[in-house]
Order: sequence, then structure tokens, then C-alpha cells
Amino acid sequence: MDLLEYQGKQLFARHGLRVSSGKPVTTVDDAVAAADEVGYPVVVKAQVLIGGRGKAGGVKLAANESEAREHASNILGMDIKGHIVRTVWIEHASDIASEYYASVLLDRSAKQPLVMFSTEGGVDIEEVAEKTPEKLIRHHVDALTGLSHGEAVEIATKGGADSDVIDGVADALVALYEVWLQEDATLAEINPLIVTPDREVKALDSKVSLDGNALYRHPENQGLSDSENEDPIERRAKEEGVQYVKLDGDIGILGNGAGLVMSTLDVVAQAGGSPANFLDAGGGSNAEKIKQAVDLLLANDAVKAVLFNIFGGITRCDEVATGLIAAFAEIKPSVPFVVRLDGTNDVEGRRLLAEAALPNVHAAKTMNEAAEMVVALAAGQSVGAAA
Amino acid sequence: MSVLIDERTRLAVAGITGREGTFHTLNNRNYGTNVVGGVTPGKGGQNVEGIPVFDSWEQAAAEVQPNTAMIFVPPRFAADSILEAAAAGVELVIAITEGIPAHDELRVYNTLKRDHPGTRLIGPNCPGILSPGKANVGIIPASFFKAGNVGVVSRSGTLTYQIGNEIAQAGFGCSSIVGIGGDPVPGSSFVDVLELFEADDETELVVLSGEIGGSAEEEAAEYIAAHMSKPVVAYIAGFTAPAGKQMGHAGAIVSGSAGTAVAKAQALEAKGVRVGRTPTETASIAVEVLGGAAVTAS
Repeated sequence: MDLLEYQGKQLFARHGLRVSSGKPVTTVDDAVAAADEVGYPVVVKAQVLIGGRGKAGGVKLAANESEAREHASNILGMDIKGHIVRTVWIEHASDIASEYYASVLLDRSAKQPLVMFSTEGGVDIEEVAEKTPEKLIRHHVDALTGLSHGEAVEIATKGGADSDVIDGVADALVALYEVWLQEDATLAEINPLIVTPDREVKALDSKVSLDGNALYRHPENQGLSDSENEDPIERRAKEEGVQYVKLDGDIGILGNGAGLVMSTLDVVAQAGGSPANFLDAGGGSNAEKIKQAVDLLLANDAVKAVLFNIFGGITRCDEVATGLIAAFAEIKPSVPFVVRLDGTNDVEGRRLLAEAALPNVHAAKTMNEAAEMVVALAAGQSVGAAA
Repeated sequence: MSVLIDERTRLAVAGITGREGTFHTLNNRNYGTNVVGGVTPGKGGQNVEGIPVFDSWEQAAAEVQPNTAMIFVPPRFAADSILEAAAAGVELVIAITEGIPAHDELRVYNTLKRDHPGTRLIGPNCPGILSPGKANVGIIPASFFKAGNVGVVSRSGTLTYQIGNEIAQAGFGCSSIVGIGGDPVPGSSFVDVLELFEADDETELVVLSGEIGGSAEEEAAEYIAAHMSKPVVAYIAGFTAPAGKQMGHAGAIVSGSAGTAVAKAQALEAKGVRVGRTPTETASIAVEVLGGAAVTAS
């Protein structure tokens, strides 16, 4: 779960990291009031979960009330790469002497936390890593003991932080590690971490991803994220506990098991089709869950045809067939379906479907055949007899 | 032979008294797995269809000497259950539980490494292990597989069944099927399991089924080139997955430009590993290498 900048900064502040005082607001009047409160000059920053805000005109400096009003009214409602700005963060503008970079993340390969630090902040860090890797310090931390202040001092020193702020940078690194650890984050990043002319070390931006599996430990974090910009079908799926990812195509896809669904998307794409979604109906899908899933699939108006790819393990094919028949009775889909049932109770499942003779439902024997059929159907071609 | 589980397996199950735990434990026993006990705090002294239940792993270890643990408890209790089983001296822990926080997995991985190096963890968020004809621990539907010479290691359950079933229909069986799970910090990686298959007399070929996220497939490619004498055939899922979106599994996410299916397939192919573009093609390549007839798609 990715957090907006201001949400990340609020977590930072909770763990003792210095951030500028500021306020999240959703209207122009509130933006002006917030600017008056934090004191000019202020920065008006669009809150969206996408990079390149500055270039898109979503970050502006305002020296007085009329500028604050102008920028807030321009930025609120702005579309930045498909993300509508609904919130702006108003913060007191900082004077900057140096821009550093700091992050803590879960290194899946080393299976340890990784602390990274560079004095080349304020730019794309992947570029720094590629072009001048010696300027990016990478330090693995023992997950069982955590990051000590002494270790953080070493990182700051090795990275070449100005000698008078080594201690301040080390404090920031330790605080950032605490954010990562105590909030169950998978990533906590500050870019830039600035040094002010009076030698204060501050987080000017934030990028935080929290582990959705750990949210039960953090009820206070459950309302975070950019839920207003979330796809409405994805949000509904989340509420219903269904693994669903919206994609750009027109072929609705349902399978059981994340790997099989990913594979189904690939096979459909190889057959020339374009998947409209990822939907994992999960192990042990029962009829009720199937009905719910069909409803979700068809909530996307772009869907022109649907593929059910089931390899039954715990999932029983007869249950899937029963669910599909029930879904058709209630929802009466207007788009064609291709159904491939294999594995546990597949014979019974196919028999149930054949007997029900659902309109515009086609049976496929193999995954590849199913993909070809659904691609043809989505393109408006016919594929022979229905199931 | 086979890897990790066989006739010598003595299985105890954490969460045996839950609905799913009972169902799958009995399924495993029906298959022939020697199930010696279960662990549910507060339910010690009860039994599940004759299988004795203990309050703790320590008690279970003292009374029935399990050498394999299966973890079927809810996510918030799973990490401690794994560590308790390890502390009780259980050598192999297979964690089926899905949804364990990544930080807990990190703590478990590093604690096992530091304090219990004799314990191997498979999973979490995995379907378990099946050694056809010998033992089944977990939720893999055994009826699709028979004993044979193909080792399978996979991050996904149903995808494994799909590929395994196609290989089975061509007449080949499996030595063991090992699900390492779809989470960001698995207890065992591809490399760990490849090492076991390389050493296993019965295994002639290994099918590796990977997916987007992390770098376990790239590490496997390096390992295969340096250490494997047996052929490995691979499949990677997630070519169409958009960056930044978690595709079902907690670990299946492309981060920036890292962890893509293309990069994984290229890394494997660069080391001479043949990568199938579809599950069917993967099975076909495996069968071709084994010297069998072409696979009829299923």
C-alpha cells in the first residue's frame, strides 16, 4: 500500500524525523488558510501516487496569498498521468543548502533490510545507482538487531555527508529505520533529505509503502493511501476480499491461483488478445464466490468476452460450474464466456455446464484453445457451437 | 529417492483442529503420510480422528518425535509457530499460511539462520510438498501426479498442477513437487531446492516455475550454470503484469524496472536454460528432453 507524500511525512514526524510544518487540504480556501497558518513562502504540492509531479506543474512556490490561491486552484483537480489531484499539501518553504538521499527497504535477495544513502539527492536515484554507483552507499542491516546510531554514523561518513551534519544525518537514518520497522513498511524513502543553511537535516519529500498483510497491527494506518484515486472496481474487490487488478484490455479473466491467472493473462496476450483484468478466485472457490467474481468482472464496461480458466486442486470444478450457472441466472451477462475446467471433478463440472446450456458459453479443452477462442470472441468472430 | 519428504516423514500439524487444518491433515494421512500429532494451544489432550493434539511444539516433540511440521495457523500466529517448531528441534517446517507480514518472515528467516540452522523452512504461502507414492504434506492434489524422475519447484500452486499434469499425461512422473511459495521472503529459494534435486539420485530433470518479483530466478540461473549437471526447464509467469501492481501473491510485483518476467526469462536463457512460453510448451520441452512423445495439451 503506497502512501501519499503528506501521509508518509506524518509517519516520519511520529518517529522523530524532521519535516516542515504543513497541512493537507482539499479546497482553495482551505489552502489559503493553511498557507497563512504555516507562513509564507509556502510550497503547494499535489498529492498523487505518481512520479513527475514537479514537471507536470503540480509543485509550486507561493510568496503570498494571491499566489497561494492561484497555484492551489490550478493544481486541485489537475490530471497528472491519469491521477486526479484531490488533495494538496501546503508546507512552509525550506531553504536548501544540500540535497541528500536516504532510504530503507526490504532486500528480498539478501533477506535483510537495506539502508541506502547518497549525497546526490533530489534526482532520480536509479540513475545515480547506474552512472555513479560509488556515490550510493548500500548497507545491509541485521534484521534481528536493527540499525545502531554508530552504524548510521558510518553510513553518513562513508557517503560523504558534510562533517557538521554527520550526526544529524545519522539521526535521520535511525529514525527512518524505525519508521520502516515499526510501521511494517516495505519501503521508506526520503528524496531529497535536505540540509538547511542553518544545518538542520529535514525530509522534504516521502515515499512510503506499507505491507498490507501487516495492517491488522496498525489500525491507525488503515485509512491511508490514495483511496479516492483507486480504481472503483479494485476498491470494491478489496472490500470483498477478492484479488483483482484492473488492466487496459477487453478480455475479462478469472482463474484460481495467482500463478495460473498470471499465466492465463500471458497466454491470452500471446494469442493476440488484451486482458482486462487479473482476478484470482482463490483456492477452494465455492459457488457464491464465483457469482461474486462474475459480478466484478462485468463491472468493467470494457469487457467484451470472458475467460474462465480453472485447474481444480482444492477448487472443485463442479462448484465453479454451479456458481457460473447461478451467476448467469442472476446477472444475465451479455458478453460471451469461454470456460475451461480441468482437474478435481472436471467431468461433473463440464456435464453441469453442458446440461445448463447457458447462452453464449463455450467450453474449451485446453488453456491454449481457451485463449484462442476468447480472443476470437472478443474480436466479434464466432467460434462454433456453444457448450 | 525424492527430496524433503518420504516414508520416513513424521508429520505434526500446527492448526490441526481448524476446519482447513483438519481437512488437509486427514487428506495427507489418507495419502499415506505418517501423521504423528498436532499442535493447538489450549487443546492438548484432544485428538483429531485418532491423531493426538498437544499444547505446544515442545510437548509434541517430546511425545511423538515429529521430524516435519506443517503450519496451518492464521497469519498473526504463524511466525511464532514456525520458530517454536524449530526450537523443538523439528528439521523441516512447511508453512502453508498465506498473509504473514513481510517483517515477520524476515525475522523468522534470520532467526532460523542464526539460532536453528538445522531447520529448513519451506513457504510460507505455499501449497506444500508432494513426493508421489511416498508422502504428501500440504494441499497439493496428489491424484494428478505419479512417481517418476521429474523434480518440480515452483512459486505457485495451481500453475504447478497445470504443468505437472501435462507432464503426467505424457507418461512421466515426479520425484518431488516442492512449492516454495509466493511471498517476498521465502524460507527456501529456488537455489536451495535445486541443490536438493541435483543431489537426488531419482531426479533426472527439474522443472522450475517462477514468476515476477524479486530476483530468485536470476539467482537460480547463476546456480544452474555453476552447479547443476541435470537439465532444468523453466517457465515464468507475468509477462503482461504492469509495474507496481501486486498480482495476487505478495511477492509478485514488478518494482520499477526490477523483477520483470522478461529479465528473468533472459537471465535463464543466457545460462542455457530452456524457457517455455506457455505451460504447455514448458511441459513439451521437459518431455522432449526426457525423450518422450510430444505432450497433448490439457
